[in-house]
Amino acid sequence: MEKNEILLEVKNLKKYYPVRTGFVKKTELKAVDDVSFFIRRGETLGIVGESGCGKTTLGRSILRLEEPTSGDILYEGNSIIGKKMKDYRTKMQIVFQDPYASLDPRKTVSDLIGEAMDLQNLCSSKAERKERILELMKLVGLNTQFYNRFPHEFSGGQRQRIGIARALAVNPGFIVCDEPVSALDVSIQAQIINMLEELQETRQLTYLFIAHDLAIVKHISDRIGVMYLGHMVELTDGEELYRTPLHPYTEMLLSAIPIADPDLSAARKRIRLDGEIPSPLNPPSGCPFRTRCPRADEKCAECMPQLTEAVPGHYVACHHV
Amino acid sequence: MKNILTLQNKILPEDFAPLDADYFKEESLDTEEIGYWKASWIRLKSNKIAMAALVVIVLMFVFAFIGPMLSPYSYDQQVRGDEALWPCMSHPFGTDRLGRDILVRCMIGTRISMIVGLVSAVIVMIVGSIYGAISGLVGGKTDIIMMRVVDIIYSVPEILLIVVIKMVISEPLQTLIDTVPMFHGLQKIGSGLIAIFIVYGCLYWVGMARIVRGQILQLKTLDFVTAAEALGCGKATMIREHLLPNCIGQLIATVMLQIPSAIFTEAFLSYLGIGVSAPMASLGSLTSEALNGITTYPYRVIFPAVLISLIILSFNLFGDGLRDALDPKMKK
Amino acid sequence: MQTWRYMLKRILLAVISIFAIITITYFLMNLMPGDPFMSEKASEENRAILIAKYGLDQPVYVQYGRYLENLFHGDMGTSYVLQKGRAVKDIIAESFKVSMGLGVRALILAVICGIILGCIAGLCKDKLPDAIIRVLSSVGISMPGYVIASALMMLLAVNLKILPVNYNKPGGWIMPMITLAIYPTSYLTRLTRASILEVMNQDYLRTERAKGMSEFVVVFIHALKNSLIPVITYLGPLTASILTGGFVAESVFSVPGLGRYFVSSISSRDYTMIMGVTIFYSSLIVIMNLVCDILYKIVDPRIQLD
Repeated sequence: MEKNEILLEVKNLKKYYPVRTGFVKKTELKAVDDVSFFIRRGETLGIVGESGCGKTTLGRSILRLEEPTSGDILYEGNSIIGKKMKDYRTKMQIVFQDPYASLDPRKTVSDLIGEAMDLQNLCSSKAERKERILELMKLVGLNTQFYNRFPHEFSGGQRQRIGIARALAVNPGFIVCDEPVSALDVSIQAQIINMLEELQETRQLTYLFIAHDLAIVKHISDRIGVMYLGHMVELTDGEELYRTPLHPYTEMLLSAIPIADPDLSAARKRIRLDGEIPSPLNPPSGCPFRTRCPRADEKCAECMPQLTEAVPGHYVACHHV
Repeated sequence: MKNILTLQNKILPEDFAPLDADYFKEESLDTEEIGYWKASWIRLKSNKIAMAALVVIVLMFVFAFIGPMLSPYSYDQQVRGDEALWPCMSHPFGTDRLGRDILVRCMIGTRISMIVGLVSAVIVMIVGSIYGAISGLVGGKTDIIMMRVVDIIYSVPEILLIVVIKMVISEPLQTLIDTVPMFHGLQKIGSGLIAIFIVYGCLYWVGMARIVRGQILQLKTLDFVTAAEALGCGKATMIREHLLPNCIGQLIATVMLQIPSAIFTEAFLSYLGIGVSAPMASLGSLTSEALNGITTYPYRVIFPAVLISLIILSFNLFGDGLRDALDPKMKK
Repeated sequence: MQTWRYMLKRILLAVISIFAIITITYFLMNLMPGDPFMSEKASEENRAILIAKYGLDQPVYVQYGRYLENLFHGDMGTSYVLQKGRAVKDIIAESFKVSMGLGVRALILAVICGIILGCIAGLCKDKLPDAIIRVLSSVGISMPGYVIASALMMLLAVNLKILPVNYNKPGGWIMPMITLAIYPTSYLTRLTRASILEVMNQDYLRTERAKGMSEFVVVFIHALKNSLIPVITYLGPLTASILTGGFVAESVFSVPGLGRYFVSSISSRDYTMIMGVTIFYSSLIVIMNLVCDILYKIVDPRIQLD
C-alpha cells in the first residue's frame, strides 16, 4: 500500500438547498459551493470554519447522506455518484457531533454496534456477532459489562465511544468525524482525540476531521482546509497553515486562538473579525469574505478568487496573496 | 499554625489511596436495567384512576365474552310467557316485549362495542402509521400530496360520510357474504359491522397518520437516523427498526383514545338504526328500541345506557392514564 | 405576507374539500342499491315515468354535471320522497333555522359553562372543586348523546314532570339544548383547565406577581386571556359536534330541525335530500374550521405557519 496514494477525491462538489423566500420565489442556499480537494490514504484532513459555513454539509455530502447537487466524489479512483451506496457503506463511515441524538434510545449497546454488521451481513453466526461486538467495545474502551445497556445510561464521552465503535463495525477505510468532540467536556475531548489517533495507527484509517476548534484540528490533522460560506478558502499542511497563513480569514481565525501564557498573549497582535457572517442566502458578490476583509478592493467585489497553489502544496483563494 | 479561616479542605494521604475493586461492583449491582416498558408500567400502576379503569375494562371483557356462555338464554331466543318482565331472579335485567333476556342482549351488545373499539383501533393503527410513516419518510412532493389528501379527509365531517358510506356498502356486502362461499364465515359478524370497520379504515386513520408523520419528521432530523442510513439501512428497515419503535408510545396512547370514539360512533349509528342489523343487539340499538316505552319500562333504557357510558368512560380514563405513562418525555 | 399565504392556502384547501365532499357523496349515493320509488306501490310504467322525469335514466356523469351546475346556482333539486316536490333548498333553509336556534343556544351554554368550570378547576387544582369537576367532565365526554337524552327525559319529563317532552310546548327547547351542550361543555372544561394550568406556570405570570399585581389581575387579565386561545380552535369541531349531536337530540325530542330530516331521509332513501343535507352540513363545518383556524392564527402570532 502506497502512502501517498489518493484515497478520496472531491471535485467541484456543490450542495444547494432550495429555500422558499417569497410567495413563489425560491432561492438557492449554497451550503457547499464548488469545493475540491483530495485526501491521501492514512492521512487526516481537518476542516475548520465558523458554524454555518457548510462543513457538516460537506461531510454528509461526501457520504451521500445529502445528495450532492453536482460535482464528483471519487473513492479509490471510482466515482460514487449515481452508484448504489450499499457497497460503499462498509468503506466510508461517519461519527456524529451530538452523542445524544446519534444513538437510537431504544437500542442496547450491542444492537447499536451490531446493527451495522446485520445490515451488511458481515457475521455468519450469533456467536461471531457477539464476539465482534465485544471486541469493538474493548477497542474503544467500553466496559464489556455494558453489553446490554441503553444509551441514556452513558455519559457523553462513553456515548461517543459507542458511536465510534458503530462506525468501526463495518471495517471502513475512511471516516468522516463530524465535530466528534465539540459536544464533550474538555477533559473528555482529549481522551477521544487520542483514541481516534490510536485507531488510525492500528487500523490504517483515513479521517476527514471537521471541527471549529483550531487547537484540536491542529493537533490531529496532517493537512487543514479552511471553509468560509461554503467555499474552501485555504488548504495546506497543518504546520504551514499555522506558520504562514495566506488568507486573511485564516489569519483572523489563528489570531483568535487563546494563548495560555499571558505574556505571549499580550505581545500578540490580535486581528478582530468584524461583523456577522453574511447569510448564505444572500452572499456578497465576488469574494465571499470581502465584506469582512481588511484587504478588500474593487477586484474582490467583481470576481471570485479561485483556489490556486500559491506556494507548492499551499492552496489559497485570495486576490491579494 | 492552622489558619481557621482557610477554605481549603484538609487533605490526608489516605484520600489518594486507590479504591478497592469491590467498590464498583456494588455500584453496578443496583443499576439494574429498567427498560422503557417497565418504567411506563410502574408509572401506570401508580395511577389509581387508570388502574381502576383497567379493572372495569377487564370486567367488561369477562361480561361480554364469557357472560353469554353462562346464561341459559341466547340473545335472539324469545322466551314464551316471559314477555316484558321487570328485572327478577331469572332475568336480572328483565325481558323485552318479545320475551328476550335483556341481560344476554346487553352482554352481546357490550361484546359488539368491544370488538368495534378494538378492531377499529387496530385498523387505525396499521393504516395510519403506515401512511404517516411513508409520507414523512419519503418527503418532498409525495409528502405534500399525501398530506393534502389527509387534510381533505380530515376536514370532511366523518360522521356524515360514515352514515352515507355505511348505507351504500352494507347491502352489496350482505349479498357478497351470502353468495361467495369464501365470505360465509363473516355471516355471523354481519354486514353492518364489517361496513363500520371499512368506514373506519377509510376515514379514522387520518389523525393517526398526522401524528406518525409529525413524529417521524422530528425523528428524521436526529442523527441516529442518519447514522443508520450511513450504515446502509434501507427505508423499510428504517421504519421498522428505528422510527416506529421510537414513536410507539405515542402511537399506543393515541390508539387507546381512538377506541372510545369508535365505540361512540357505533352506538350512534346503531341508535339511528343503521348499525348492526336485527336480531343482533348493540347497546345503541337496545336503547333506541327501548326508548318508546321509556315511561313504562325505564330499566330497558337504563341498563344499556349505563353500560355504554361505563365502557367509554373507562376507556377514556385508561387512555388518559396510559398517555401520561407513555408520555414521550424521552430521556435526552 | 406569510399570514396571507397561509390564509390563501387554507381557503383553497377548504374549497377543494367541499368539492371532494360533493363528489364523493354524489357518487356514493348513485352506488346505493334501489331507487327512491321502490317503496311506492306504483306500476312498472309509472316508475319508469318517474325515473325519466327526474333524469335518473341518464349516465351518471351527465347527472353529476347537471347536479353540479344546479348546485352552483344554489339549486339542490327537489325532495323525491319526504316532502314530495318541495325544493331541498327550502326544506334545509326552513329546518336549519330551527336547528340553528337550538345549536346557538347550546353553543353559548357550552362556552360559558365550560370556561367557567374549567377556570374553577384549574385555579383550585387538586382541591375538592377540581376533583368534582374533573369527574363530571370525564363522565360528560363519555355519555353518547342518546344516553344523555334518555336520562334527561326520564329524570325531568317522566319522573319530575317539570319539562315537556314535546318541543312545541313552552320550555320544550331546554332538554334538547342541554343534550347538545353536555359533550362540548365537558370537553371545553377539560381544555380550559389544562390550558390554565399550563399558562399559570409561565414565567411571565411570575413576573406579573413579582411586579406586585393582585392575584385577581394576574388570573383574569393575563392568564385567562392567553389560556383561552386554544379554546378558539375547538370552536370549529364544537360546531360539528353540535350539528351531529342534533341528529339524536332532534329525533328524540321531535324537534322539526335539519338533523331529524337527515335521519328520516336516510331511512326513506331520499337521494337529493341526503345529498343536500350532507353537502350543506359538511360545507358549514369546513367553513367553521377555516374561520377558527384563521382566527387562531391572528390571535396567537406564535403559531407556526403551515
